[in-house]
Amino acid sequence: MEELVARLEEIAASVSRADYDAKGYHLDVTVAPDDVEKAALVLDEAGYTLEAITGVDWLGEAARKAEAEAKAAYAAAKKAAEEAGEEPPEMEPVDTSGLKDEMEIVYDYTSYSHLFRVMVRCRVDRDNPELPSIHQVFPGADWHEKETHDFFGIVFTGNPDLSPFLLPEDADYHPLRKDFSA
Amino acid sequence: MSELALSPNQETFVLNLGPQHPATHGVLRVKLVMDGEYIVSAEPVLGYIHRMHEKMGENRTWAQFMPNTGRLDYLGALSYNHGYVKAVERAAGIEVPERAEYIRVITVELNRIASHLLWFGAFVLDLGGFTPLLYAFDDREMILDLLESVTGARLTFCYFRFGGVYNDIDDDFVTGTREFIKRLRKRLPDYHNLVTKNIIMIKRLKDVGVISAEMCRKYGATGPVARGSGIDYDVRRSEPYSVYPEFDFDIPVYHEGDSMARYMVRMDEIEQSMRIVEQALDRLPDGPVKAEKVPKIIKPAPGDYYSVVEAARGTFGVRLVSDGTNTPYRLKLRSPTFSNLSLFGEAARGMLLADALALMGSLDLVIPEIDR
Repeated sequence: MEELVARLEEIAASVSRADYDAKGYHLDVTVAPDDVEKAALVLDEAGYTLEAITGVDWLGEAARKAEAEAKAAYAAAKKAAEEAGEEPPEMEPVDTSGLKDEMEIVYDYTSYSHLFRVMVRCRVDRDNPELPSIHQVFPGADWHEKETHDFFGIVFTGNPDLSPFLLPEDADYHPLRKDFSA
Repeated sequence: MSELALSPNQETFVLNLGPQHPATHGVLRVKLVMDGEYIVSAEPVLGYIHRMHEKMGENRTWAQFMPNTGRLDYLGALSYNHGYVKAVERAAGIEVPERAEYIRVITVELNRIASHLLWFGAFVLDLGGFTPLLYAFDDREMILDLLESVTGARLTFCYFRFGGVYNDIDDDFVTGTREFIKRLRKRLPDYHNLVTKNIIMIKRLKDVGVISAEMCRKYGATGPVARGSGIDYDVRRSEPYSVYPEFDFDIPVYHEGDSMARYMVRMDEIEQSMRIVEQALDRLPDGPVKAEKVPKIIKPAPGDYYSVVEAARGTFGVRLVSDGTNTPYRLKLRSPTFSNLSLFGEAARGMLLADALALMGSLDLVIPEIDR
């Protein structure tokens, strides 16, 4: 286990332990999109199996974060000004136009022999969601990638066929994107 | 595997199996490239009854999604109820009274027996034996009646609630369940005499459709499919939840990896489920069946949560992403047969068509749960 964690730490941007009882997984691994295959290889060698791949659309998350931060900063500035007996400053509008939205891809790994769940996640640019396929490592990933492409429009480069899988064959929409409405 | 099937330069043709075909047990299509009677390649085509449950989840409150969980796997719906409430209870930190957990285990195990019985009947029907189906449905009917008396439904259950169950079980249910177990104990040897030891059955299943343990791991297969390939993995034991650790039961594992092994795993699981139900009835504690302090509107703390249960077909997982509001931000349903079926293409290569149908039957497919 410790060896696996050490090997994942070598390739991952961050590795942190999670509280299993509260979260349902033991290890939270964040990798760069180009490293998902390396992570898959490490877990494959350790005898792990891939349970699922899925996505999360974080549309507007960056803007919400920036606004929340600006609000907090303004509240602090206002309080400081009030304490100093000065006129509180005007809140300036937050410019969120330059912020990039992201999509998250989550891989759930588990082992048949011992209870140690590893979640690998990475984020891609929402305007150009692309990352390598891992179907060469885990052939079972093929279908999960097809499904994730259907639902989110995330492109897994190297996947043999990303035409609609669960959706109708002429589908040109991605229903789990947050800006999709029927 | 025949010489012909292995040499690609022979003349081949495409055969469409389904989407309306009795052997696919639902609306599944398989595109087969055939070389005579042998399969060169098999490609399942999914999505005929895709309903986008995951999007529905994002448009209703946590509690309003409950009925959807009964419509994924219509043969083992209570396991899916359990998987979902367990995930939300984990996210929202809801405690479940002991009696409620016992009732959950009793009803889920009864549902598992019902699911395996139906599979048994339908599987033997696939192989050309009609009579066992009638026996299996006869027994399964008793379970459905029992479950109907407490849940109000026969198939698409929506019985569990966050923090407990909707309805307490009564004495009639307890005595009825005991009687049923007594009856099924007598009937199971009949099943084995009639079907398991039948020479035609053995010839059709033994050493046919072998799936290796490594293939199971590479494709993420779980449940009876993995256990028929020698993998000792059952969520009830490997990742204990509910009150399962309190019961004494075995995990049947067969190492052959053929269709017969998967058949035997399920038949043995019926016996183990009966053991669990009996122990749970013996030790059924008194008390409430629903936690008192469950808020009307649930708002789990922001973050992601994962939770799995052992359904009749394997590992059912629910991944939740909460943004702290009263609706899920993302709700992912990981269904076991989706992964189990994904290995069909590789496993069926080079097989006779009739044997491949036996292999497909032994995977125990429920299409609404694959397509979601």
